[in-house]
Amino acid sequence: MIQVTVKLFASFRIGRFVREIREYPPATTVGDVVRDLKVPEAEVGILLLNFVHVNLQHQLADGDSLSIFPLVGGG
Amino acid sequence: MKGFDREKLKVFFAGHTDEDLVSWPNEVKLMDQFGLTCSEADELIMTSGFLPARYQRNRQMITTEQQLKLLRSQVAVIGCGGLGGYVIEELARLGVGRLRVIDPDVFTEHNLNRQLFATMNNLGTSKVVAALKRVQQINPAVCVDPRQVAVGSDNGIDLLTGMDVVVDAIDNISGRLELAQLCSRLGISLVHGSIGGWFGQVGCIAPGQPTMQKLYPNPTADKGIETTFGTPSFTPAVVGSMQSAQVCKILLGQGWRLDEGILAVDLLQMQFDNMPM
Repeated sequence: MIQVTVKLFASFRIGRFVREIREYPPATTVGDVVRDLKVPEAEVGILLLNFVHVNLQHQLADGDSLSIFPLVGGG
Repeated sequence: MKGFDREKLKVFFAGHTDEDLVSWPNEVKLMDQFGLTCSEADELIMTSGFLPARYQRNRQMITTEQQLKLLRSQVAVIGCGGLGGYVIEELARLGVGRLRVIDPDVFTEHNLNRQLFATMNNLGTSKVVAALKRVQQINPAVCVDPRQVAVGSDNGIDLLTGMDVVVDAIDNISGRLELAQLCSRLGISLVHGSIGGWFGQVGCIAPGQPTMQKLYPNPTADKGIETTFGTPSFTPAVVGSMQSAQVCKILLGQGWRLDEGILAVDLLQMQFDNMPM
């Protein structure tokens, strides 16, 4: 298993968490984490892995830090 | 600037100033005696080494020279709803001399919970006209150019050319992506803000930076969490005010700006996070 620090932002925190260290099997992708957390994919905005932009297909490594932001579009 | 009888002007200032301040009644006399608009009177007062008294509480933070720079600045505010209302109000009070305010919409009842210029009396009327009327009441030196249209690739170059800064206060994602492209093409800094529920984000986008495309990677999604959460009164006030501060700093070339990232605002957890872009 690999350990990944997951940070959620804005509305994704509601009913979930702000920051958590979670365990996943090797070869887990960013998209797997999003689905595991039941975050609707259509609402996902920026994904930062260790402060670098990634997409849902990106594979995670032990010790990674993943930040997931929703789309915020109101004015 | 018009040619003036400098001697007459010197006499006027000698009799109508308090320290280096010119009160509003005296500025009106100046406008009457010399045939000036309010904007011209502001400019003449400041280039003569005085300050219109209504800007006195800007002082120390903003010098007279900087106040004059703000008066000579042009800012376009795209969207005159939640964010745009606060941005326009604050830039007018700050003394930004030219505001092009752009929004195709009229006020409806559901705007009343958060949009500064929405009132019971102007439901059904144009948002940009309401912005114009409001600014005339709070700072007549500010020239407002109201445009009741949506900014797009067809009219964007005409609408934005010559602006010192553009403010993104739009309520949809496709409009934001288009606006970012236009500003990049024109070499204009864009101050982005968006809100939904307790949450928001704000940042400065220099021409050529792909920030907006990173913020909104899914081109088919036109709305975000705001459709689920709506927006309360205070979120546009917080994020719009941050946008106004960014505009002020870009125009005056000072302070730390959100150039290399986006500030994520969470008013539920009271957390503010800088994300690198």
